[in-house]
Amino acid sequence: MDSASPTLAMPYEEMPQQKQAATLGMWAFLSTEILFFGVMFVAYIVYRTIFPEAFALASHHTIVLYGTVNTAILLTSSLTMALAVHAAKEGNNKLVVRFIAITILFALAFLVIKGFEYHDDLDEHLWPGPHFKPELPHASQIFWILYWIMTGVHAVHVTVGVGVMSFIARMAAKRKYSPEYHTPVEMTGLYWHFVDIIWIFLYPLLYLINRYSA
Amino acid sequence: MNTTHVPKKLYFGVWVALLILLFATWAAAELNLGVFNNVVALGIAFAKMALVLLFFMHVKYEKRLTWVFVAAGFIWLVIMFGYILGDYLTRSTSPNLLKVY
Repeated sequence: MDSASPTLAMPYEEMPQQKQAATLGMWAFLSTEILFFGVMFVAYIVYRTIFPEAFALASHHTIVLYGTVNTAILLTSSLTMALAVHAAKEGNNKLVVRFIAITILFALAFLVIKGFEYHDDLDEHLWPGPHFKPELPHASQIFWILYWIMTGVHAVHVTVGVGVMSFIARMAAKRKYSPEYHTPVEMTGLYWHFVDIIWIFLYPLLYLINRYSA
Repeated sequence: MNTTHVPKKLYFGVWVALLILLFATWAAAELNLGVFNNVVALGIAFAKMALVLLFFMHVKYEKRLTWVFVAAGFIWLVIMFGYILGDYLTRSTSPNLLKVY
């Protein structure tokens, strides 16, 4: 790689400047994501405040084991993603491929478990509407509307992450990354950790309300 | 820019801490702590978020300009929470909602 790096794009003068711009852009994007999910969390707080009992009863029907295992999987996938970024900084493309592949497997495991959970939820008539579980109070449907939307939108983010990570793995397999240039791996890492943080909040709010009384 | 190379050991330490916090929040939910159930659950969630942000997302090692961008998202979130909850949580009743449900 010569002094004017081929990965240095217009209008930047040097690599650190280019990377700083990418980092700020990524955080600006993540800010919009924070607000996008934030509004659903606000809806959750408002309705849970109005219908506390209905929310507690409704949440006792989420399957804690699935939720807990999935939380552990996502937290671990964040570790392997951090290790992938670490490897990229060292220019070890082989290791980047390996850690990204492991992270993708964790992401797919998360989605498969979520699929089994959705199947069980549907078997239990937890889809809001005319056939909603009759034992539950009417307002419990609001909890389940939020459950399906929030976990659904989160699962879409996980799926997008799988796509982006697959691209990064392909680039790493072509030895594109070096100690000078590894910004795409870092930005993908930021996105993936963000998806993890959303789940960190969904887990207690959807699975753990007044568990002791269940 | 993050020229600081975070040691690998730190990542594993953060991961172990995250799993311990996960177990703690799961266990705490089985106990009747009254209002503190919510406090513990959200406190642990915020602690987990802080660990991911600072170490996995390298915010701790970033320039201050990056901190401003990171903080911006949360500041707007607080504004949104403030206005919306300031309305809903100060109403004595929610007649329309209660009529429907």
